[in-house]
Amino acid sequence: MIGVGKIKQYSNILEKPLSKGKQEVSLSAFAFLFSELVQYNQTRVDNIAELERRLEDAGYAVGARVLELLCHRDKGNRRETRLLGILSFVHSTVWKVLFGKVADSLEKGTEHEDEYMISEKDLLVNKYISIPKDMGTFNCGAFVAGIVRGVLDGAGFPAVVTAHFVPMEGLQRPRTTILIKFAEEVLQREARLG
Amino acid sequence: MQREDAAQLHQFVLHAALDIVQDLAWTTSAMFLKAIDRFNDLVVSVYVTAGHTRFMLLHDSRNEDGIKSFFQEVHELYIKILLNPLYLPGSRITSSHFDTKVRALARKYL
Repeated sequence: MIGVGKIKQYSNILEKPLSKGKQEVSLSAFAFLFSELVQYNQTRVDNIAELERRLEDAGYAVGARVLELLCHRDKGNRRETRLLGILSFVHSTVWKVLFGKVADSLEKGTEHEDEYMISEKDLLVNKYISIPKDMGTFNCGAFVAGIVRGVLDGAGFPAVVTAHFVPMEGLQRPRTTILIKFAEEVLQREARLG
Repeated sequence: MQREDAAQLHQFVLHAALDIVQDLAWTTSAMFLKAIDRFNDLVVSVYVTAGHTRFMLLHDSRNEDGIKSFFQEVHELYIKILLNPLYLPGSRITSSHFDTKVRALARKYL
């Protein structure tokens, strides 16, 4: 009979145990879904900035949930209270769960104290997307920037997070850099905590 | 009259303790913050999640292990609610199922 099988039926989502999670999800399924997300929003906005903002908001919701779930599942219920701690959490744990690998690099900005950059040679969301010339500086990595902002904001480190293309010599496609600019209060608290 | 006053007093004590939680949350990476404030014979215990959502319990007995287990189980339930894409983080949880489960946990651990 269809439906009667090894899977136990739960009456409510709260009864179901929090799973370890499937390690892999179909790449093509995700690429199609993300492409549809971008196209859906494209028809509903008037300009590029609005499109980027919508992608970022979509990512923000993901980030908030990813933070709670990963801290509970992978970090044994320990919160991050320091700046470097939360940055390395994003750079390794979050990236590993979302993209299957740790981010290529984490750098501190040279010009400003409050800027940090996470770079990725071939960001998953940009892999199958090419930006037409008339869209200027639009970057679909805004979705990932939103995820990072959701994680940082939830953990108590408000920041402005944006995605940029950085052309690299030797690489055909530019690498994507997620730029994180922390709010003033974060730096003040870090200084206070010593 | 007595019961109404008591309920308002409890709410007041809990809200007053929020400031203490704010500062204390940044001094430790643990989630369970134990008893953080006292009012007459009532004690406030707090558990802070990774997203800085605070579970606060106003009680009169001292059963730390029971309270810690209670908070951990409520945390798991909270994560399951949070994973719902239609739930706005920070808004009121209206699921009656959630209510029933939390009360059952309270009976079990407290």
